[in-house]
Amino acid sequence: MIETTDQHLINAVQAGLPIAARPYAVIGERLGLTEQEVIERLARLRAQGLIKRWGVVVKHRQLGYRANAMIVMDVPDERVSDVGALLSQQACVNLCYQRPRQGEVWPYNLYCMIHGKSREVVLEQWAELRHGCALTGYAYEVLFSRRCFKQRGALYSLRGALPVQPGGGQGQPTFEIHSS
Amino acid sequence: MDPSDKAIVNRLQQGFPICDSPFRYVAEELGIAESELLARLQTMLAEGVLSRFGPMYHAEQMGGALTLAALKVPDDRFDEVAEIVNAFPEVAHNYARNHVLNMWFVLATEKPEQVSAVIGRIEDATGLAVYNMPKISEYYVGLQLEA
Repeated sequence: MIETTDQHLINAVQAGLPIAARPYAVIGERLGLTEQEVIERLARLRAQGLIKRWGVVVKHRQLGYRANAMIVMDVPDERVSDVGALLSQQACVNLCYQRPRQGEVWPYNLYCMIHGKSREVVLEQWAELRHGCALTGYAYEVLFSRRCFKQRGALYSLRGALPVQPGGGQGQPTFEIHSS
Repeated sequence: MDPSDKAIVNRLQQGFPICDSPFRYVAEELGIAESELLARLQTMLAEGVLSRFGPMYHAEQMGGALTLAALKVPDDRFDEVAEIVNAFPEVAHNYARNHVLNMWFVLATEKPEQVSAVIGRIEDATGLAVYNMPKISEYYVGLQLEA
């Protein structure tokens, strides 16, 4: 279980860190903690892996990354972890997962994402990857996104002792979601 | 974005220090003044280049669950179904993709056991079968985009 004070802290920073010279002191003031307590608790949450990453979240379309390809492959089960590990080392691969096949409609079990500034660039990178990583024997498909209907971090309210924030609503932590 | 903004975005995608004066630390690394870093970050957040600045939590370690799911939506029902799916608060992302399975979305729930219930509700609401593809192994998550 997550300690109550940590839950309060998670809520306090979820919407974003204050852009101020002493951001952890600002958070501490809101919660009645010292700056040092905030720093220690956040460092521990990060060491424990509850905080997976800490930094900026970019809007990839704003940076010019308009081509987002989900590439799926049908790799024999006994090879999938080797191929996954190999793909993960390639600079253009942003994410790589194994997921279950779904019968005839969906025979694919390995997923990787490539974000690029154009479809041509992404397809060239994929062609190089297929040949360079000896993947040419595997069935694959490249699924580009056509429209993005909804894109946000997953909002998630912790059950239990959540402080009610000044606006009246409960804070909701954001997860890093790697589907897009 | 000018070169200085780009350097800031590239640096801050790699992580952020947890110490007394984290912005000063990063500013020194980048060779700019702390006040300039703060001002540029504020501008980029206000302009929407950056969506947020802060922690990303680990869903499973927080006790929650994530899954990727897809629907085979008839073309003439696409917008209607998108509206139904997007209305579920558990749907975090939803993308149209060029495949027979043409709608792909991520579900995030507070508890792992809620995933199947939400999928059931989406199936009832849309009249379509949901293909659920939960993660089996994660080989790499290092999404960083060079600005």
